[in-house]
Amino acid sequence: MEFFSHQTSYPFMATRKVWYTLSAVLMIASIVSFFTRGLNLGLDFTGGVSAHVTFTRAPNIDDLRGKLVAAGFHEPQAQTFGSARDVVIRLPPEPGQTSATIRTRIEGVVKSLDPSVVLPQLEVVGPQVGNELKTSAIYALSFTLLLIFIYIAFRFHTWRLSFGAILAVLHDPILVIGFFSVSQTEFDLPVVAAILAVVGYSLNDTVVVFDRIRERFETNRRLPPATVLDQSINQTLSRTIMTKVVTSIVVVALIFLGGPVLRGFSEALMIGIIAGTYSSIYISSAIALDCGLTAEHIFPSTRKSAVDELP
Amino acid sequence: MLEYARWKYILIVVVLLLGLLLASPNFFGQDYALEIARRDHATITPDAQKDVQSYLKEKNVPFERSYIDKPRLIVRFATGADQLAASEAVSEHYKTDYITALSYAPRTPEFLRALGLRPMPLGLDLRGGLYLLYQVDVNASVNQALEGYAQDARRALTSAKIPFKDVTTVATNPGGRPDAIRIILPPEADLAAARNALSQPLQGLSVSSESLSSGSAIQAVMTPAQIKERQDYAIQQNITTLRNRVNELGVSEPIVQRQGIDRINVQIPGVQNSAEVKNLLGRVATLEFRLEDTQHNAYEAQQTGRVPLGSKLYTHTRFGRPVLLKREIIATGDQLTNATVGNSQDGIGVNVRLDARAGENMLKTTKANLNKPMAVVLIEKRRETTQVNGKPVTRDTTDETVINDATIRGVFSTNFIITGLSAGEARDLALLLRSGSLAAPLYVVEERVVGPSVGSENIQKGVSALIIGMAGVFLFMAIYYKVFGLVADLVLLANVILLMALLSMISNVLSLPGIAGILLTVGMAVDANVLIYERIREEIRKGVSPQAAIRAGFEKALSAIADSNITTLIAGVVLWIFGTGPIRGFAVVLTFGIATSMFTALMGSRALITLMYGGRRKLARLSI
Repeated sequence: MEFFSHQTSYPFMATRKVWYTLSAVLMIASIVSFFTRGLNLGLDFTGGVSAHVTFTRAPNIDDLRGKLVAAGFHEPQAQTFGSARDVVIRLPPEPGQTSATIRTRIEGVVKSLDPSVVLPQLEVVGPQVGNELKTSAIYALSFTLLLIFIYIAFRFHTWRLSFGAILAVLHDPILVIGFFSVSQTEFDLPVVAAILAVVGYSLNDTVVVFDRIRERFETNRRLPPATVLDQSINQTLSRTIMTKVVTSIVVVALIFLGGPVLRGFSEALMIGIIAGTYSSIYISSAIALDCGLTAEHIFPSTRKSAVDELP
Repeated sequence: MLEYARWKYILIVVVLLLGLLLASPNFFGQDYALEIARRDHATITPDAQKDVQSYLKEKNVPFERSYIDKPRLIVRFATGADQLAASEAVSEHYKTDYITALSYAPRTPEFLRALGLRPMPLGLDLRGGLYLLYQVDVNASVNQALEGYAQDARRALTSAKIPFKDVTTVATNPGGRPDAIRIILPPEADLAAARNALSQPLQGLSVSSESLSSGSAIQAVMTPAQIKERQDYAIQQNITTLRNRVNELGVSEPIVQRQGIDRINVQIPGVQNSAEVKNLLGRVATLEFRLEDTQHNAYEAQQTGRVPLGSKLYTHTRFGRPVLLKREIIATGDQLTNATVGNSQDGIGVNVRLDARAGENMLKTTKANLNKPMAVVLIEKRRETTQVNGKPVTRDTTDETVINDATIRGVFSTNFIITGLSAGEARDLALLLRSGSLAAPLYVVEERVVGPSVGSENIQKGVSALIIGMAGVFLFMAIYYKVFGLVADLVLLANVILLMALLSMISNVLSLPGIAGILLTVGMAVDANVLIYERIREEIRKGVSPQAAIRAGFEKALSAIADSNITTLIAGVVLWIFGTGPIRGFAVVLTFGIATSMFTALMGSRALITLMYGGRRKLARLSI
């Protein structure tokens, strides 16, 4: 079986204005949503209380929320988690309250709705921990992008490719964050891990294309750069799609079987993989071309090809 | 003809066998178990084991078997429901004697355990338990050090017979934290002699002096390096103490580690009662031994508020009357080398053993003060947060209670017994004293309790996602690349085994994101194979002979595989550095997964393919 039994020759570079526009629209929409709607930040970042309650029968969520307010909790949130009988109650940080007293108070409320309710999980996170996590997440993301920029510049000898790779790589997390902002899916710590993994994977595709560009330039120094880029993308297209299909298989398994804890993480990966595949095909090389990339910029590397050099 | 060096085949086989051995403990699964430990930390005897067994039978709780894993008793169950029923029954019936914890006991065969092979420990999200994140108040430890210097300075000046007005802790930066001590001397004091007397107790501090309108002042400042050293010491000391205390709980596989600059995280699997554990772990308790001031009347001092010079009034006492104690401390809890619960003719007590220096001091004091009363003061520090005008206000309070006031009947030095406590208090005090004191106060900033049912649900979901996801990948590869796809499947399987072997070897705590990381590694490890196979297909399309195509495929894909893996590696390493807890676990899996997938895809699949196709002289086409 093969997706492309013959070498494809799609004119990616000629149509790049279309893809730029599409990407720009999506990115702007994501950024606007981020600044207007914001993110539904998880307990990890906001601090506060999260209690997982398992009822014997599906409770009325509005009723539960009303009872919590009546019991003196400020801005309680309640939503089902996995099944209709499992409810997660979230409360903003309550200073001066120990987890034991919070547990007793919550138990008092839920027991009035259902006497045989159980409370299998309770989390209390201080607000300063949340703030620190926010900072370290931003550091982690910036630090990764910086290291990757240095690596690409070092590996491909030109900032033009680095710049294209970084723009493509920035593009993907922005779309993922946009998705989380628009859908208001909970943005927790595993989602940050997923975004960093997406940065790695998206770059992986871009680098494979760049590797082919380098190889094509080495043998066809007189061809126009746009042609070389098109050829390189087409030649690696089957691999790019194939790898993403396989990775999607495992991510889909995680979405449907991994349970609610991994839901946000898996969704971030899925969106990121789609965005990453798109950006490595349509965006990264096109940017390098518009930065004036030619064969001259990539120093022809002398490749060794003895079998013994292989591991 | 394709060839591949023999030593490479041997290497691959050896690595795989080793990997299989190391990973094998993970494949046996685990039983629901209950850990039962004695509160006084003695080993559970076979008689006690029989007693627990017959009690469980009496309560109709079925169990599979029980055995003593010193010092604990482990009881295994077929189902989680039995485990919970047993836990409730045992912790209720043996409340005063035993501590129980829900856990899982691996079904690893004896010969593997004898080799020291263990399955990956499971994170709290997969097995349930208590997670606590403590903030260490490092500034308090600097204050303590300054107080120590101040006390030494007072003592040195007194013994050198140099008069002084006051010794206080001060901040050299206005509005900053205290970082110096200031000694005010009256005009008649000899400044040079004072500096000379202080040179030894204030060693290492930068000492300066100035003359004031009335007398003079000496200031000794701690350098930033000394402050940093003191803070690090406080955290290290607290980690050691917390670890001792957690170990005293008798739960297996607890984790106590530093997190960031001034945090400590504690993970105790299987424990559900957070209040009891938190109370025990976070207690800042120490003892002071002081002589009683018998020349003055304590009631009078309490009523008038005039406390005689050189004495201190204590109103909280166990015997109901106020007491005046001398300022000099004979020994403190820090100078203890051991503390155990014991019996004396006066009832239950704590057997105390002092270090040599304190013992010497104690000997001197008891000799000189025979038949005079000596008191034991229990000092506990607590942090309270209260609401004042809607804003949280944190306040540190210190409770000082005189627990015992007894006449010195004989001369003693390093060994003696403290009485005046209830059995429970004696047990807790002995534990606290034995585990060492906390060098700085701690308070909980994050707390998570995960129930055992949530844990087993999570692990079940993770494992089913792992199996179905892998099966999907294997099937797809076999359809898409035929025989080469099957080779890739074998290589992927080897990759997962090697990854699990590495993770088991370093005892990486497996959490739900970690399982997701293993699955993602499978998805991404396919990439190296895909790069190679697509290259082979490309070469075949160009009309190259099958064997030359295989060779070219491996050669030309190499740089793409290396480059693309390094970028993912960068993301993995950054996560490793910045992440904590489950996120770090995910990063470890991601990073190791890249290493194992490079090895298996490049060496493993090349070896297999060379073995299959390398020797054939007439190879018309490849099943790819």
